[in-house]
Amino acid sequence: MFTNFPFFPPQASVQAAQVDSLYFFMLAVTAFFSLLIAGLIVGFAAKYRRRHEDDVGVAIHGSLALELLWTVIPFLITMVMFAWGAKVFFELYRAPAGAMEIYVIGKQWMWKVQHMDGQREINELHVPVGRPVKLIMGSEDVLHSFYIPAFRVKADVIPGRYNHMWFTASKAGTYHLFCAEYCGTKHSGMIGSVIAMEPAAFQAWLSGGAGSDSPIAAGAKLFSDLSCNTCHRQDNTQGRGPMLANVFGKQVELEGGGTVVADEAYLRESIVNPHAKVVAGFVPTMPTFQGMVSEEQLLQLVAYVRSLSMPAPAPVTPAREPGR
Amino acid sequence: MTAPGEAPKDDMETLNYLNNGHGLGSWLLTKDHKRIALLYLASITAFFFLGGLFAFMIRLELLTPRGDVMSSETYNKMFTMHGVVMVFFFLIPSIPAVLGNFLIPIMIGAKDLAFPRINLLSWYIYVLGGLFTLIAALSGGVDTGWTFYTPYSTAASNTHVITAATGVFITGFSSILTGLNFIVTIHRMRAPGMTWFRLPLFVWAHYATSLIMILGTPVIAITVLLVAAERALHLGIFDPALGGDPVLFQHLFWFYSHPAVYIMILPAMGVISEVVQAFTRKNVFGYSYIAFSSLAIAIIGFLVWGHHIFVAGQSVYAGLVFSILSFLVAIPSAVKVFNWTATIYKGSVKLDSPMLYAIGFIGLFTIGGLTGLFLAAVGLDIHVHDTYFIVAHFHYIMVGGAIMGYMAGLHYWWPKISGRLYSEGWAKLSAGLIFIGFNLTFFPQFILGYLGMPRRYHAYPDEFQVLNVASTLGASILSVGYVLPMIYFVWSIFRGEESPADPWGAQGLEWETPSPPPTENFHVTPIVTHGTHQYAPSKEVGIV
Repeated sequence: MFTNFPFFPPQASVQAAQVDSLYFFMLAVTAFFSLLIAGLIVGFAAKYRRRHEDDVGVAIHGSLALELLWTVIPFLITMVMFAWGAKVFFELYRAPAGAMEIYVIGKQWMWKVQHMDGQREINELHVPVGRPVKLIMGSEDVLHSFYIPAFRVKADVIPGRYNHMWFTASKAGTYHLFCAEYCGTKHSGMIGSVIAMEPAAFQAWLSGGAGSDSPIAAGAKLFSDLSCNTCHRQDNTQGRGPMLANVFGKQVELEGGGTVVADEAYLRESIVNPHAKVVAGFVPTMPTFQGMVSEEQLLQLVAYVRSLSMPAPAPVTPAREPGR
Repeated sequence: MTAPGEAPKDDMETLNYLNNGHGLGSWLLTKDHKRIALLYLASITAFFFLGGLFAFMIRLELLTPRGDVMSSETYNKMFTMHGVVMVFFFLIPSIPAVLGNFLIPIMIGAKDLAFPRINLLSWYIYVLGGLFTLIAALSGGVDTGWTFYTPYSTAASNTHVITAATGVFITGFSSILTGLNFIVTIHRMRAPGMTWFRLPLFVWAHYATSLIMILGTPVIAITVLLVAAERALHLGIFDPALGGDPVLFQHLFWFYSHPAVYIMILPAMGVISEVVQAFTRKNVFGYSYIAFSSLAIAIIGFLVWGHHIFVAGQSVYAGLVFSILSFLVAIPSAVKVFNWTATIYKGSVKLDSPMLYAIGFIGLFTIGGLTGLFLAAVGLDIHVHDTYFIVAHFHYIMVGGAIMGYMAGLHYWWPKISGRLYSEGWAKLSAGLIFIGFNLTFFPQFILGYLGMPRRYHAYPDEFQVLNVASTLGASILSVGYVLPMIYFVWSIFRGEESPADPWGAQGLEWETPSPPPTENFHVTPIVTHGTHQYAPSKEVGIV
């Protein structure tokens, strides 16, 4: 029962090494100050212990020089920590262009994962070593948080919007996947594994097994099943809704002034709450699709609309699957 | 401090606030701040042991990796009730409502607080809020966590959220009224000669705390009201399915609940400043720096709430602003620690139990504060957010800090409050047990957190077990350490030696009036000629 008890987590991503360096720096600085304070207090308490019942201490009222010293030095040290923490944060936040994208949906109490090629997983996430992976995450019900300790990354999964995180696995292996935001009865059961594989093994895994439609293909089918294409026409004629080709990532003028960037969040909002931000020149006639499409289907629709703005007709990860 | 002349030494000596009036009515309808402090003492002690019981059930469950002592539903209710009871019904009222209530009027030479009836009202409001929480607990409990995060609390949980939220809402008013009472009292009721810079640091700390109580508490009251409204009436405020924003709740909640930590820790810092001076027989080093650092903490503390939202998709720049402000709020705390340390230098140090608790406070608060820096560094917080690292950090502040400070204060002023001396040997033993038990409980949790164990987990992977067993063992020692004072304090009331007015050879107006004090605190209003804790003849000894 007590054979395996680590005191430090595995370091299995490029990010983990950066986070750990900062951690050890802060550990060293804070340990030094803790020991300094403890040493001074214990030392003073022993040296100046009361020897006679009516002894009193020496009247010392203070020292401006010392006050400045112990204000400025901690200030400077914390600013170094701030800058270092901010640097690590920037790197954790900004996924490089061309990162492999994977969709994740959290629901009480499981993780559903869909790869761009159509592979689906539940409570498991297979990723290749050495390649940046970006997760686009949404929730079907309450807050969750996707947490891979071995990679030192975490992001809340929030209903009603998309959150992102990214990492580059650096060491093949199987690692814990936890839900870190309390989400109800079986919160501690909302766990799984992240399996980092060498690229060749990952390719083999990706092309094996029962793949289904890719999110883009599934989104295209939904787009016509839900008759989106009657208004958002795709034959270069203007319908009742705006044309969606080459819109993703661009600034859009809104009715009533203002602009918005057409990102995943805006596309999602326009499906579930179409009257919130209407494109300039259109009347709000679109019905809401809230409750008619699941979070997964929303992600598929978003993936499809996104693909309409991609230069090549191929999906995001071209030339990886000769077999399909 | 000048003694109130020669107080007439006749029957007035024997009549004090404890024997001036008998029967339940004389307590439940009292307007005496000292009796109201004791009403609070009794009620928060009950809540403390209730919250402690919940904590012990949590530690019992976590002894093994599998959830085998209780069901997940029950476990989730345990940590929720532990948090709600400890935060809102013990920690927030603890030092202000008991020690502050008892001591502030005496320390400034007043007969009572400015509004004695409001003071009694605030205790009744507290009890009413507590009753709602007990009803929520007895009728099946709440499982949202003390943080009431939406949309779980408004849309998903099927437990007694509204009852518990009502309890929190009501008890907030008790806090607001206490803060208001303190501020007016400190402004208007000081004895002749008690200038602002002669005020004991305990009073300064409570002044800063009262500002937070008045400015912050209305926000939490509105926030839990909105939760109840969304839950009951389906108003779309926080639930995205109704058009709301769940992260908005986190902003509103932490706008109060982060400063609330300072409501707990600032009064404890005030206690430590008094105890360190009394047990070194030396005036504090850097009086005005300590006084103003309390105000700095109160102000900057309102601007750091966003560090609870680093992983909730907040913008990068918001994250950076909250990060730098969170680092800044650490500086005034560091200044206090350095000043206390310098106060011990060339003091006449006696390690009686209040001083042991105070030194324990400084050590544990230092660790708690320094680990806070890890969480202010955004890049590092992302990994440890919502893990046991956080749990360990805030227990070092709230238990290692606030409760150690409360214990230091209780031991220091117990002879004044009860008029009796407790057993110093037992008190030293319990201080030692609490220090050891506390560290054994919570230090392993830092390691668990960096390993990645998330908080609020009913079951966990096997490799975390050794550290969890250590933690539960520590909690067992800690609970003995907390039960002991309960026994020897009660024992002292019946069997303890009578305390003289000043059993420690300390200074301050509270030590010039008899133990226990008369109802009107002083037979003759004192006239103040200098600050507190001036033990040595006042010769300036610079060390610049």
